[in-house]
Amino acid sequence: MTQTAIEFRSVVKRYGTATAVAGIDLSIVKGELVTFLGPSGCGKTTSLRLIAGLELPSAGQVFIAGRDVSRDPASARNVGMVFQSYALFPHVSVLENVAYGPVIRGTPKAEAQARAREILEQVGLAGLEARLPAELSGGQQQRVAVARAIVQQPDVILFDEPLSNVDAKLRRKVREEIRSLQRRFGLTAVYVTHDQEEALAVSDRIVVMEKGRIAQVGTPSELYEHPASPFIADFIGDANLIQGRVVQGQFTAPGMAFPVSGPDGPATLSIRPERITLSPGGPDRVLTATYLGSRMEYSVATERGEMLVSRPIFEPRLTAGQEVSLHITPADASRVA
Amino acid sequence: MKALWEGRIGLIWSGLLLAAVLALPWYKGGATLASALAEGVAGRVWLLPLVGAALALALLALLSRDWRIHPAGAALVGAGLGWLLLQGFGIGLRGPALPGLGLLFPTALEGQPGFGWGAWLAGIALIGALAEVLAARGFCRGERFAAFAIIGIVSALSLFVFFPIVKLMSAAFVGPDGTLALTPFLTRITASDLWSLGCLTGSGRCGVVINSLVLGILSAALATALGLALALLVARTDFRMKRLLRAISILPIITPPFVVGVAILVLFGRTGLVTVEVAEWFGVRPTRWIYGLPGILLAQVLAFAPVTFLVLLAALEAINPTLEEASTTLGAKPVTTFRTVTWPLLRPALAAAFLLAFIESLADFGNPIVLGGSYDVLSTKIFFAVVGAQYDLGQAATLSVLLLTLTIAAFWVQTRWLGRGSYVTVTGKSDAGLVAPVPGLIKWAAVAAVVPFVLFTVGIYAIVLMGGFVKDIARMDMAPTFGHLWTAFSFEFNERGIQLFGSAWNSMITTLWVSALSAPLTMAVGILTAWLIARQDFTGKRAFEFGTLLSFAIPGTVVGVSYIAAFNVPPIDITGTMAILVICFVFRNLPVGMRAGIAALAQIDRSMEEASQTMGAGGGRVLRDVVLPLIRPAIFTALVYSFVTAMTAVSAVIFLVSARHNMATAYIMGRVENGEYALAIAYSTVLMLVMVACVAAMNGLVGKRKLGRRSTVTGTPHPAE
Ligand SMILES: Nc1ncnc2c1ncn2[C@@H]1O[C@H](COP(=O)(O)OP(=O)(O)OP(=O)(O)O)[C@@H](O)[C@H]1O
Ligand SMILES: [Mg+2]
Repeated sequence: MTQTAIEFRSVVKRYGTATAVAGIDLSIVKGELVTFLGPSGCGKTTSLRLIAGLELPSAGQVFIAGRDVSRDPASARNVGMVFQSYALFPHVSVLENVAYGPVIRGTPKAEAQARAREILEQVGLAGLEARLPAELSGGQQQRVAVARAIVQQPDVILFDEPLSNVDAKLRRKVREEIRSLQRRFGLTAVYVTHDQEEALAVSDRIVVMEKGRIAQVGTPSELYEHPASPFIADFIGDANLIQGRVVQGQFTAPGMAFPVSGPDGPATLSIRPERITLSPGGPDRVLTATYLGSRMEYSVATERGEMLVSRPIFEPRLTAGQEVSLHITPADASRVA
Repeated sequence: MKALWEGRIGLIWSGLLLAAVLALPWYKGGATLASALAEGVAGRVWLLPLVGAALALALLALLSRDWRIHPAGAALVGAGLGWLLLQGFGIGLRGPALPGLGLLFPTALEGQPGFGWGAWLAGIALIGALAEVLAARGFCRGERFAAFAIIGIVSALSLFVFFPIVKLMSAAFVGPDGTLALTPFLTRITASDLWSLGCLTGSGRCGVVINSLVLGILSAALATALGLALALLVARTDFRMKRLLRAISILPIITPPFVVGVAILVLFGRTGLVTVEVAEWFGVRPTRWIYGLPGILLAQVLAFAPVTFLVLLAALEAINPTLEEASTTLGAKPVTTFRTVTWPLLRPALAAAFLLAFIESLADFGNPIVLGGSYDVLSTKIFFAVVGAQYDLGQAATLSVLLLTLTIAAFWVQTRWLGRGSYVTVTGKSDAGLVAPVPGLIKWAAVAAVVPFVLFTVGIYAIVLMGGFVKDIARMDMAPTFGHLWTAFSFEFNERGIQLFGSAWNSMITTLWVSALSAPLTMAVGILTAWLIARQDFTGKRAFEFGTLLSFAIPGTVVGVSYIAAFNVPPIDITGTMAILVICFVFRNLPVGMRAGIAALAQIDRSMEEASQTMGAGGGRVLRDVVLPLIRPAIFTALVYSFVTAMTAVSAVIFLVSARHNMATAYIMGRVENGEYALAIAYSTVLMLVMVACVAAMNGLVGKRKLGRRSTVTGTPHPAE
């Protein structure tokens, strides 16, 4: 049975005249990791803070574990949050940092510290309890922040761009750690990022936001393979957007004819670069060929404009100026408008 | 568990409200000590609605856990608060001030005394309940602590800063019979003893306003020039006395008023050491030349130069040396570099320093009263209008309006120039690049200005240090004695324990009490205000911030008069109590703690506080666990500053002291007026020692933060005296 952990009902957040969140409806199921993804300023952080209670909605309601918390301050909610800067208290030890929440909520100090020790051990920080945060490495600090957020068994744990302060090389490792901790503890998690690769890698579901609204919600593969709009197609991965017309179920663009679903009229198709195959000779011409190590990327001039094609490295390589033809399977094209 | 707690907070406020109306004496100094209920039943029926509201609110809070969002809760709280104020201000000591109330309540004609414990507590409880009601509606993101703090501080500021000023303004326009009278105001404000230019045209004396302006401009110009010389020497030369100069710059802050004036008199008065010496050498007749503009100017420049020095030093150190370096490598001579690069970059700071000194000079009371002679300035004129034989509040109010207009105009120009906040943060200087040495000519000019300043300061403080412990410094009778000290602080041990006989004990003890009470309060309110401004978003925040800063620009004399105008009649009659002294200091020094707090908070990542919140901490807990430990230096600054000011301030308290609660500075002023210079100096020395000891103790108590961040010193100008 699936249980709703968090629910947004027509949530709006305004700052003066500016609208940061312009009406969001969303429910998040218990135990899943949902990512808020979108360009800068689209309202991801604000949505996260609305869950935490660090902002209260201007209109609409937020439910956590079935309770309307729209008017509850952060201190009255049971959420854990991992901040971009970690926000560890610099003046107390790692142990006191982690035991802080339980102590505030009335657990006797000894018991709170025992629990903190236990969690610290589970995140692999046993033996560092007595240190000050400044005496830890960046990765260790991040684990303390996570331990601190989960020690109270929160209804939801929130991450605001948790990897932005992590070394580029470590990012993959840390995000896997976060994912496995979340699975192990069965936590409901909301994760904010503007890195689409990170979102695809960690999420059960992704919420793509645009200008304070939800553009699409879905699993990583749904979003990648069936983007609902040109914006999403373009934002997640690379996409060739082809504009044309649908007449009686048939999409036509210069040099192209495709059966598609949906109503007649103007339409846009999205085709991923790696779904296009190339063969030598034909109406189109390679403009640039870029060697990327794991693959080749070609920019090809066609009647419909320039198209991006990505091919595995083991295929015979083409060079700029060569005549080619493009092959696209109708199943690989999704209608986005 | 949480829900239970929610209900209980409401019960606490309504419980307090019930206690306030049912159990505590409602009126101040009432012979009967009767509660609002008893007074209401006995005839003051206008108190009964308050009792009713308290009962209804308690009932609602008991029955409904959601009383905070219940419309009836909001209505009761709003109506209760409104009625409390309306009846308090509407029915005075001798009957209704608002005519309608007399018709409504015939018994009101007998009037009512001021607020007592009950009424105060009722006000606080209603404010608490109001915060709950608003927080439940999303004010301050639902944080009750922040909501309570904002509403509490706004109420307190309205009551103790704005209300007195408004009252004072109205006193300027209202005649003795209580009706609006514009003619007397116009007569007073155009009087020739305010605006006469006689001294310039050579036909008599100048008006008070002209005197104040001339003094302010001269004093600010000289202090700025001297401050610039000091700052250039410290920041741009290899001058070896930097530490000494920094130490000297702290002296004026801990120097009680009058001592510098007295020391100047001892040196340059008609029988002064220097005067007599010079007279003998050159065979001229000793004169009273020091009384008037020269004396005040001398004292003020000595006192304000350190302030301008700090402002200009910060500006000089903030100038990126690479700019000057670039100019030099382009082949400019030092003079050219100074003229084309350094000077233009310094100009805004020079303007700021000038305005700061100008405001201080206008507000200064201690020096003009000792050294002024017949040179009247606004602040002394205000004092004599109220304290002299002719008690004329209307005249004092009119002069205050003038003085206030001048200082606020200067303050406004200053904040416009400096952007927000005119505090300077003095940090360790950046050591990238080499600073351009000042050209030789300018350096020697600076030395020529600074050397007399240092000699003077040393001379003055030598007099201050010795003066209290020799027989008669003014007549060069240098026989050491503890006689003056004994006059002030004699005591005796006997079978009844220790007995204090000295004439100064009373004022000393009051001063210590007032300082000890007001310093932590000032710090707490200041830091809390800083936190609200830096961390909370609420409607009216801009106005709130401006209001707190504005109280900085109100001269002490004006505050003193305004307190007299506002607080010697019900509902708030607190003149003659120690409370009024404490309150006066808390709200006058609030901006210092606030600025230190804002500067410190700006360096602290806000998400630490948010982390604490998400872990379940309410606003008070966040402050205690996270904010306060991280801003200890600011707390220390605020504490020390408010303590020291409470010990040395004179301009506002001189109006508020009473026979029972006399303050050290008021006592010293009395001695100076009587010509008992040695006693005044001895007492001042003791005060300074006490201050140093207390500051050291506070340092031990609060300590410095040791988290490895670079410590920053905040140069804090003091409020206009
Ligand atoms: N306190 C505030 N006052 C006014 N506007 C704000 C405030 N906080 C956020 N905004 C505005 O709301 C919008 C959404 O902000 P938000 O921080 O949620 O963006 P974001 O999606 O997290 O962006 P980023 O990826 O850059 O972090 C932005 O346009 C921002 O300028
Ligand atoms: Mg963000």
